[in-house]
Amino acid sequence: MAITLLIPTALRSFTDRQSEVEVAAATVGDAVKALGAKYPDLNAHLFDDHGELRSFINLFVGDRKIEKPDGLTQPLADGETVMLVPAIAGGKPINNSQLKINN
Amino acid sequence: MFTALTNPEIARYSRHLLLPEIGVAGQLRLKNARVLIVGTGGLGAPLALYLAAAGVGTLGLVDFDFVEESNLQRQIIHSVRDVGRPKVASASDRIKAINPHIKVITHDTTLTGKNALEILRDYEVVADGTDNFQTRYLVNDACAMLGIPNVYGSIFQFEGQSSVFYAKEGPCYRCLFPEPPPPGLVPSCAEGGVLGVLPGIIGTIQATEVIKLIVGGKTPHAALPVGETEPDGGKPLIGRLLLFDAWRMQFRELKLTKDPRCPLCGENRTITGLIDYEQFCGLKKPETEKPVAKITATELKARLDRGDPLQIIDTREPHERAIVKFPTAKIIPLGQMTRRMNELDPAIDAVFICKIGQRSIFAIRALERAHYAGKMFNLQDGINAWAREVDKSLPTY
Repeated sequence: MAITLLIPTALRSFTDRQSEVEVAAATVGDAVKALGAKYPDLNAHLFDDHGELRSFINLFVGDRKIEKPDGLTQPLADGETVMLVPAIAGGKPINNSQLKINN
Repeated sequence: MFTALTNPEIARYSRHLLLPEIGVAGQLRLKNARVLIVGTGGLGAPLALYLAAAGVGTLGLVDFDFVEESNLQRQIIHSVRDVGRPKVASASDRIKAINPHIKVITHDTTLTGKNALEILRDYEVVADGTDNFQTRYLVNDACAMLGIPNVYGSIFQFEGQSSVFYAKEGPCYRCLFPEPPPPGLVPSCAEGGVLGVLPGIIGTIQATEVIKLIVGGKTPHAALPVGETEPDGGKPLIGRLLLFDAWRMQFRELKLTKDPRCPLCGENRTITGLIDYEQFCGLKKPETEKPVAKITATELKARLDRGDPLQIIDTREPHERAIVKFPTAKIIPLGQMTRRMNELDPAIDAVFICKIGQRSIFAIRALERAHYAGKMFNLQDGINAWAREVDKSLPTY
């Protein structure tokens, strides 16, 4: 089933600047996994060390939020769209001291 | 006690008074309202300007920052002559010039878990114009605890989000985003950029929502004088997330529901007081994490001058090279790092560079996860440091 994922600007540097990516998937969860498989550099941003979808990314089908984890098994029809909505904060860069750099 | 409108105020707010949805009762509510704007940057600027013009009687401003030249591209409340001044002082002057009828209270400080409840409790609406996750969660939590609405706006590059988080009547920020992203996983505007007019649009949407909440009597202490008819506050953005894409000129509205599992406003609440937001946002790292090796611009110059074999990897986006190029660097944007790992030679020391030395750290972390075997160094403070310390002919950005 051809599913279109809408990529927010915050994640587009990991999808070759594409705002829409098409994958073949039968459920919401599979669609996001297929996206990660297509763009390996995006994987660490989508999934945590346990393979769970990170909680700062929400998925919407139509105008409805997918509740994790149960909603990930929701089946998708051919041509449906899944929108990724990440938390964005704005301007402030993190202090380098907060990123733990060797001195 | 409500203060009535004076004749000069009636003249000034005539276009509001003519709207039956606002009228005298709504304008009275605005006059007697107390609104706190957290942050006087891109979002805070239009918020403060429009709420002042609209006649919100008391405006509180919180910001610890000073006006910088790079702010002027979008923070239209500040002027060239304000560069170097505290943002709250600059904003306060501008507000008073627009509307001498209102009172401005400045909080020249960082909002923290220690002072937030004390500051916020004097206001009946809070507008969140902050630029970091710690303060967003802090504002959300404090508003929910005090029972006041949090008018939210957030921006990145061409995209904005807005909603009204009012735990009494709908979801809070935690219902939508239970946890922040790990630090640096989502780029900041300082690295990713932001269209200057975008905060103008999102901040103006926030100002609209603040006005509607006040006029519609959705805030605490909204009782009207006897005899005034209840104004129609319209449909607030509670339980809805508005997304805006400026480059495609597209608005989308998504439905939000209260999360019964929300630790702040759900059925089994575990957050009952303000917490350590730096820790919550992962900014206090466990000591066990292996640090990234760094190199300063001066050290890098010395190694290059000695003719040390080095591979320099520019992790910035391709278009950033038009701003400033780093001599002899190989270009692999952060988003392609793992995929193009085989272009690196593990036998040669690799130095990763970006604008300010953050994306380069994530490039190193990504390669570590991909088991890259070579030695990696982060150019501390990025190409901006190279421009400051080594080649002063280059611009910083």
